[in-house]
Amino acid sequence: MDEAGVTPDDIQSIDDIRKLPFMQKKDLREYYPTDTFAAPIKDIARFHASSGTTGKPIVAGYTVHDLECWAEGVARCLTAYGVTREDIVQVSYGYGLFTGGLGAHDGAGKIGCAVLPTSSGNTAKQIMLMKDLGTTCLCCTPSYALFLAETIENEPDVRPEDLKLRVGVFGAEPWTEGMRHALEQKLHIRAYDIYGLTEVSGPGVGGECEFQNGTHLWEDMFYPEIIDPVTLQPVEDGKEGELVFTTLTKEGMPVIRYRTRDLTRLIRERCECGRTAVRMDKILGRSDDMLIIRGVNVFPSQVEAVIMEMPEVTGQYFITVDRVNNIDTFDIDIELKPDYYGDNLSTIERTKQQLSERLVSVLGIKPTLHIVEPGSIERSMGKAKHVNDKRKFKN
Amino acid sequence: MITKQLSIFLQNKLGRFAQVASILGDAGLNMRAFTVTENADYGIVRLIVEDVERAVETLRAASFAVNLTDVVIISIPDKPGILAQYMRTLADEDIFIEYMYAFSNNSHANVVIKSNDNQRCNALLESKQAESL
Repeated sequence: MDEAGVTPDDIQSIDDIRKLPFMQKKDLREYYPTDTFAAPIKDIARFHASSGTTGKPIVAGYTVHDLECWAEGVARCLTAYGVTREDIVQVSYGYGLFTGGLGAHDGAGKIGCAVLPTSSGNTAKQIMLMKDLGTTCLCCTPSYALFLAETIENEPDVRPEDLKLRVGVFGAEPWTEGMRHALEQKLHIRAYDIYGLTEVSGPGVGGECEFQNGTHLWEDMFYPEIIDPVTLQPVEDGKEGELVFTTLTKEGMPVIRYRTRDLTRLIRERCECGRTAVRMDKILGRSDDMLIIRGVNVFPSQVEAVIMEMPEVTGQYFITVDRVNNIDTFDIDIELKPDYYGDNLSTIERTKQQLSERLVSVLGIKPTLHIVEPGSIERSMGKAKHVNDKRKFKN
Repeated sequence: MITKQLSIFLQNKLGRFAQVASILGDAGLNMRAFTVTENADYGIVRLIVEDVERAVETLRAASFAVNLTDVVIISIPDKPGILAQYMRTLADEDIFIEYMYAFSNNSHANVVIKSNDNQRCNALLESKQAESL
């Protein structure tokens, strides 16, 4: 604050928030483990931590009040999806340091749902319990939901119509409309986005409503802004940019203008559902997940969107970027649905050609496609890994 | 006769065909004929087996992409010029051959044909066969 030249007197209205400096993931890492906490450890009721694939994880601390607010956020989301205390909620997010499992658990508990805390993994048992207990609401990552759906398709004893599933609560990674249609059709559900991040709270910072046209953000707890990730200046309402949050109720680890790296836009128009909470659009990508390949910005979500509109493919994909002789290579592995492999190479090549043309028109750069055997792309139980960037120097 | 051919998609990876062969072998399924069509990245094994249903089930259980295609199988004398006569019969009737493969056991040659009209192809070949007996 001193560096930014801001004193408490400068803050008179919510617009003055723009005078405050940003917080970033690296700040939280630098002050590992608890130096960014605003409450003494004796008031902390729970810790969570990010996966921290690179370097130290980020540790989040929650007071009792923080946990109540968090459960309230998740409960609002579930209620917006039409979940009531009559529902049986299967939480297939991982339980533990990851906020997904316990976050969904507490939210569903607040409503009074019957919670089935399966956590992630052991897919056969997940499906057995889902069928035998009559799960009506499934909470997991969209990629794990797709894996569950594929497993059910190959399971002769279970048909989607035998299940009582009606609501899917999917989050923790960005997903596309195409993925939504696929999941809704395969699992006979309505699939809803739940948004959140450990640094701000956890899942339930916002969620969709029955109209599925934007994610309502619970502004009374989390104040959102959209900034230009390069100039760091606020963008006009409705324009795309990076989502930034300031927590308004957090005691354990509050954040000020925390840069989420998620790219989206805010929709101020009143939603048909009657909720006044501002909506954000689907996440277009992440400003740090963005790949720059031969100078072109590529988001994995764009690749996913194209793949999801093709009936021939399973929806699983894996992007490999490398640099060979100073030129970026861009390869995508794609699986076809088993029926589409046919009995001759020209049919497969034709499908590949169509996919390639579509990808070029959307991405503005031509990937090398590889049609691989069904089931050969690794399925994820949690957050899916869709990209391997092998380049030594990130551009 | 018309029978079902298995088409199995395989990436060009070391030992992949060995896996197919051992899965079928372990299940006691005998391969009668096969051919491979391939490019740099992947190939398709076209395979004739005795117990089609069980072979498909076994391979699919091992996550292979298996598709079924109707093909015509004909057994003809293994002598110079015979195949030419049969092929001419098909050409005269405007039947295109999409692909074929054959193997002989000295007295007879067995030919597997995928044509643009398997029903007519089969009928023509079978009547030709009856004629020459």
